Amino acid sequence: MGRTPLLRLTGVTRDLPPDVRVWAKLEGFNPGGSVKDRPALRMFQQGLETGELRQGKTVIDSTSGNTGIALAMMGSALGYPVHLVIPGNASLERRQIIEAYGAIAIESDPLEGSDGAIRHCREVIAANPDRYFKPDQYFNPANPLAHYETTGPEIWQQTEGKVTHFLAGIGTSGTVMGTGRFLKEKNPAVQVLAAEPDDSFHGLEGLKHMASSIVPGIYNELELDGKVPVSTEDAYDMVYRLGREEGLLVGQSSGGACWAALEIAKRLEHADIVTVFPDFGDKYLSTTLWAGWEELGPAVPAGG
Amino acid sequence: MPVTVKVPTPLRKFTAGSESIEGTGGTVGALVEDLEERHAGIRERICDDQGKVRRFVNLYVNGEDIRFLQQLDTQLKDGDEISIVPAIAGGRR
Repeated sequence: MGRTPLLRLTGVTRDLPPDVRVWAKLEGFNPGGSVKDRPALRMFQQGLETGELRQGKTVIDSTSGNTGIALAMMGSALGYPVHLVIPGNASLERRQIIEAYGAIAIESDPLEGSDGAIRHCREVIAANPDRYFKPDQYFNPANPLAHYETTGPEIWQQTEGKVTHFLAGIGTSGTVMGTGRFLKEKNPAVQVLAAEPDDSFHGLEGLKHMASSIVPGIYNELELDGKVPVSTEDAYDMVYRLGREEGLLVGQSSGGACWAALEIAKRLEHADIVTVFPDFGDKYLSTTLWAGWEELGPAVPAGG
Repeated sequence: MPVTVKVPTPLRKFTAGSESIEGTGGTVGALVEDLEERHAGIRERICDDQGKVRRFVNLYVNGEDIRFLQQLDTQLKDGDEISIVPAIAGGRR
C-alpha cells in the first residue's frame, strides 16, 4: 500500500514556462485502486489498537465510493463485516466492487448527495450503536495522519525535497491536510493548496464544496495557502485531455486536480508542483463521464 | 399540466428549501423554462450556454433517464415525477 509512482506530466503542460514542472502522484496504483487505501488502513489499525474494532463488530461508514472500496477490501482481508452507506447515484461499478469484496452497500437518497449519506449512516448507527465500528473518515485524525506518515514523506523523497507547491482536491480534506502538514514541516515555504468544486451543485465525485457542506472535523482552512475553484466541465475536459495527451485514464477528481494545478502553474516561473490523482478512470465508464469520451470519438480517424 | 419536480439539496436555495415543487410544461425543456420563471437561476445550473443539459446532470421522468428518452423533448403528462439528480459520480447510466 502506498509507494505510488510520481509522474511528471509532459503533454498537458507543454505551454508552461520551461522551469515549471507538474507532477502527479498516481494513487490508482494502490491495491484497492485509490488514495483511500491509505486512510482506510490507518483507521483500521487505530481501531484495532484502541480495541474499538474487535471481533463481533461491523465496520460502517458513509462514502461516495473509494473509501467504501478500501474499507470493503480491508474488512475482507482482516475478517470483519463491512456495511457502507453510499448515495444512490454513486457509479454502478463502485457498488459492484464493494459487493465483490463481500461488503453490504446501503443506499441513501441520491437527491441528498454525500451529506445525505453521512446523515443516513448516523441514523443506522443510532438504531444499533453497540454493533458498529465507524472509522469516520470526515472526523478521524487517523485520516490526515495516514497522509502525514506516508504520502508526505513519499513526495518529499520522490522530488528530492524540491517540491514548491502541493495541491490536492478536498473531499474529507485528509490528503491535503496531512500531506501539507508534513511538507510544511520539511520546508515552510511549500505552498499548500486545495481544489474544490466551484458550486454546491457539481459532478466531481469525492470532492466537496466546503461552504455549502457538512464541514469535516479534520478540515482546517487556516493551514491552506489558497483554494482553487474548479468547474465540473473543466475537470471533465481535463480528464479527456489526460487520456489523449498523457496516456492516463483517470477519474474526474484527478481531472479537477490537474486543471487546478495548471492554473497555478501558469502564473509561476520556477516551480515543482505536485498534485494527487486519486484514482483511475475505469470505474466511471458507466457514468456520464464516458459520454464525453464517446462524443470525442477516436483521436486518429480509423484507417488514417 | 402540473408535474412534480424533486429538487436535490444543492438546488434548494432556488426553491426556498423545498425538496419537491410543482411545475408545468408539455416537455422537459418547457418545464425547465417554467421553473426558471419562478425559481430564477435554476436553469443555468441544469443547462449549459447552448441550452443542452449539463453533462453531470441527470434528469429522470418517472425514474427513466431522459438521455434514453427524447432528451429535453421528452413529453410530460399530468402527474409525472421529474427528478434532478446531482451526479456526484458523473451519474448512473
